[in-house]
Amino acid sequence: MSGEALPPTTAPDVDGPQVGADEWVARRAQRHEYLPSWLGAAQRAAERVGWWPRLAVAGLAGALLPLLGLGGFQLQVGIDSLVIALLAVGLNIVVGWTGMLDLGFVAFFGFGAYTFALLSSAQLGSHAIHLPSVLSIPIVMIATGILGLLVGLPSRRLIGDYLAIVTLFFGEAFVEFTNNVAPGVLGGPNGIVGIDTVHAFGHQISTNAGYYYLLVVVLVATMAVLRLLDTSRTGRAWRAVREDPLAAASMTIPVDRVKLMAFAFGAVVAGLAGTIFAAQQISVFPTDFDTPILIVVYAALVLGGSGSIAGAATGALVVYVIYDGLLRSPTYSGFMFYGLILLTLLAKLRPWRRLGLVLVSTVAFGFLAHAVAQAISHTWVAGAPQSTGFVGAALRDWVIVPANPQTPGKFGFVLLICMLIALVQVKGVWRTILLVPTLYLASFTWETVLIASPSVTRQLMIGAILIVMMNARPQGLLGTRRVEVPA
Amino acid sequence: MGFFFQELVNGVTTGALYALVALGFSMVYGVLKLLNFAHGDLYMVGAFIGYFVIQWFGGPAALSIPVPVVLLIMFVLAALVVGFLGVVIERFAYRPLRDAPRIAPLITAIGISFFLENAALLLFGAQYRVYNTSEFISFSSGIQIGSVSIDAVQIMVLAMGLALMVGLRLLVIRTTLGKQMRAVASDREAAEMLGINVNFTIAATFFLGSALAGVAGVMAGLLFNQVTNMIGFTAGLKAFTAAVVGGIGSLPGAMLGGLLIGIAESFITGYVSSTYTNLLIFGLLIAVMLVRPTGLFGRPQLRKV
Repeated sequence: MSGEALPPTTAPDVDGPQVGADEWVARRAQRHEYLPSWLGAAQRAAERVGWWPRLAVAGLAGALLPLLGLGGFQLQVGIDSLVIALLAVGLNIVVGWTGMLDLGFVAFFGFGAYTFALLSSAQLGSHAIHLPSVLSIPIVMIATGILGLLVGLPSRRLIGDYLAIVTLFFGEAFVEFTNNVAPGVLGGPNGIVGIDTVHAFGHQISTNAGYYYLLVVVLVATMAVLRLLDTSRTGRAWRAVREDPLAAASMTIPVDRVKLMAFAFGAVVAGLAGTIFAAQQISVFPTDFDTPILIVVYAALVLGGSGSIAGAATGALVVYVIYDGLLRSPTYSGFMFYGLILLTLLAKLRPWRRLGLVLVSTVAFGFLAHAVAQAISHTWVAGAPQSTGFVGAALRDWVIVPANPQTPGKFGFVLLICMLIALVQVKGVWRTILLVPTLYLASFTWETVLIASPSVTRQLMIGAILIVMMNARPQGLLGTRRVEVPA
Repeated sequence: MGFFFQELVNGVTTGALYALVALGFSMVYGVLKLLNFAHGDLYMVGAFIGYFVIQWFGGPAALSIPVPVVLLIMFVLAALVVGFLGVVIERFAYRPLRDAPRIAPLITAIGISFFLENAALLLFGAQYRVYNTSEFISFSSGIQIGSVSIDAVQIMVLAMGLALMVGLRLLVIRTTLGKQMRAVASDREAAEMLGINVNFTIAATFFLGSALAGVAGVMAGLLFNQVTNMIGFTAGLKAFTAAVVGGIGSLPGAMLGGLLIGIAESFITGYVSSTYTNLLIFGLLIAVMLVRPTGLFGRPQLRKV
C-alpha cells in the first residue's frame, strides 16, 4: 500500500450489490467525468433523479406529445412504436433478465392478437362472440400466459442454443399455422378483419388519439409492474439464473420454476400488446407476426440495452421512430442520415484538428470528384440527389448522381461495404485518409439507391444495428456492462 | 408403387441438397459452437451467382460455351465467392465476439442474415429470377426405371452431393486440416496450446462450410428453377432442422438428417398436402428436440462444474 491517500470511497449502492455486474464495472458510471460548470451540475442533478420520477416524467412527456399537433401519420407511428416498446419490455424479461434466447417471442404477440380477434369479431359466424374488452383482454392475457408456460416447458431441459432453435421453430410454426390451418376460422393469408375496437366501462376507443393515450398508460403501467418485479425476490432469482443456473440451484432457487415464470410473464406482456394492436388495426394478418418484426424488437432491445426496462423502452421508441417514421420521408431521412454520421464523427474522432481535417477534405473531395465527373461526361452528373429540402439543394454540386443512378448506386453499395470493412482493418493515418472517400461514397450510395427504396434501407439498418451494437457496445446504450466469468 | 419410388427419388435429391447446407452449418457449429443463422443466406447468394453466370454467357437458351463448362464455372465461382464471403463474415462479425456472452454472436448472426437478405433485395430486386434449366439440360436426358424417372439434373445433384460428402468426410478424417478442425471443435484453448493456428482453422472451416452452401445454392437453382432473396431463409430453416435432427455438430448426423428431412418433405407433399409440409417439418423438429435434444447422432453434453 503506498502512502498516498486512498481515493474517497463511493457511497454504498442504494440498490445493494447488483447480481451479474462486476463491482468495478458497475461503478464506472460514478467515476466518469462531468461536463464543466453548470452543465455538470445539471448532469449531476439529472443523475440524482430516481427511477420512478423519471418514469413519471417520461409518461407525462408521452401524454403531452400529441398536443404539439401530430398528424395522422405521426400518430400512427407513435402507436406502433409504443406497441414495439411494450414487446421490447416483455422480451427483456426472458432475454435480458433470465438470459434465455427466445426467438419465438413474436408468436405470443400474434397469439394474443388472434385470440382477441376471435373473441371480438364476427369471424366465428353464428357463434360470434363480441366480448367486452374488460373481459376479453384479461382472458387473452391469461391464455397467452398459459401458452408461454407450455412453450417454456422445454427450457427446463434445453439450454442456450437448443432453446433458441425450439423457440425459433415455434415462431415459424405459428406463422405457418395461421397461414394454412383452418382458413375458415383464422382466415389464412387474408387474416381476420372487422375486429371490435376496445370498449370498456362505457367508453369506446375508436380514434387513433385514444389508442395512443391507452398505449401510453398501458406501457407506463407495465413498466411500473416490471420494475416492482425486477427489484423483487423473483427479479433477483431471474438474474441469478441468467448468471449461473447451477449456482442458483445450489442457493435453493427453484431454477425451472423461475425460468417458466419468465416465459409466462414475457408472454403475458406480448399478449397484452397483441390485443391492443389487433383492436387498433381492426385486423390481423399472419405477416404481421413474421420474422422482420421479431428482428425489429430484438434490435430495439439490443440498442437500448438488454436487461434494463428503461433501455428496452427507449430503444424501441428510437428504433421504431427511425424505422417507420423518419426513413419514409426523404427530407427527414436525409437529416437523420447526415446527422447520424456527423454525430458519430463528433463522438469518435479526436483530436478536433483531425475531425476538422476530415470534414474539410471530404467537402473538397466531393467538389473535386463532381468537377472531374462533369468534365468527363455530362450524363454522369445529370441526376439530382434524392434528398429533398435544403439537404438536397446543398448536395447538388457536391455528390455525383448519374442520369441513371440505379446501377452505379448498387455498385457503390457493394464498394461501400468493402470500404467499411477495410476501414475497420487499417489503423492510424491510413484510417483517416480512407475515411474521406468512404464518407463520400456513403453519401453517393444514399443519394442514388438507399433513399430511393426506404423499405429495404430500413431493414438493412436494423440488421446493421444488430451487428454493430453487438460488436461495439453489447450492453446497449443504457445497459450496464456485464462481466461473464469464463466457465 | 411407382409413385412411392418417384417421391423417394425426389426426396433423396432434395435431401442431398439440404444435407450439403446442413453440413456447413454443422461444421461451423462444431468449431465455434455458434448457430450461424446467416448460413441459409449464403446459399441464396450462391444461387444468385449461378443465375448471373448463366446470364453472362448468353442466357439459358443460347449459351455461348458448352453446357458442362458453364456448369463448372457456376459451381466453382459460387463456391469461391460464397466461401470468401463466409470468411469475411467470420473475420469481422464473429471473431471479435468469440469470448463474449453466448447470446451476442447469436444476435449478430441474426443481424447478418437480415442484412444479407435485404442487401440482395436492394441489389437484385424482389422479382423471381428463373434459371430455365430445361432449356439447356433436357429433362428427358435421364434414366427411366419402370415408371420412375430420374432426370439429368437430379443425377448430377445426387452424384455431386455424394462426392462432396465423401470428400468432406475424408478431409475431416484423413488430413491435417481435418485433424486440426476436430481438435479446435473439442477444445479451442487446448488446441491453441498445442500450436494449432486456431484463427486459420476456424477461417478454413467457414470457407469450406460456406462453399458447400454456395454449391448447394447453385444446385437449388438448377433443381427448383427459381431464385429470390427469400429462398435462403426457408432453406436455412430446413438445413437447421436437418442438422439438429442428426445431432448438431455431427457430420454424419447432418447428412442423414438432410436426407431424412428431404424424404419426409417429399412424402408429406405427395401423400398428405403441400399446405402442411412446413408445419409438419417444424413440428417434427420440435418433437425431436423435446424427446432427444442432442439429435440422433449427437452425444449428450457433459458439463464441468
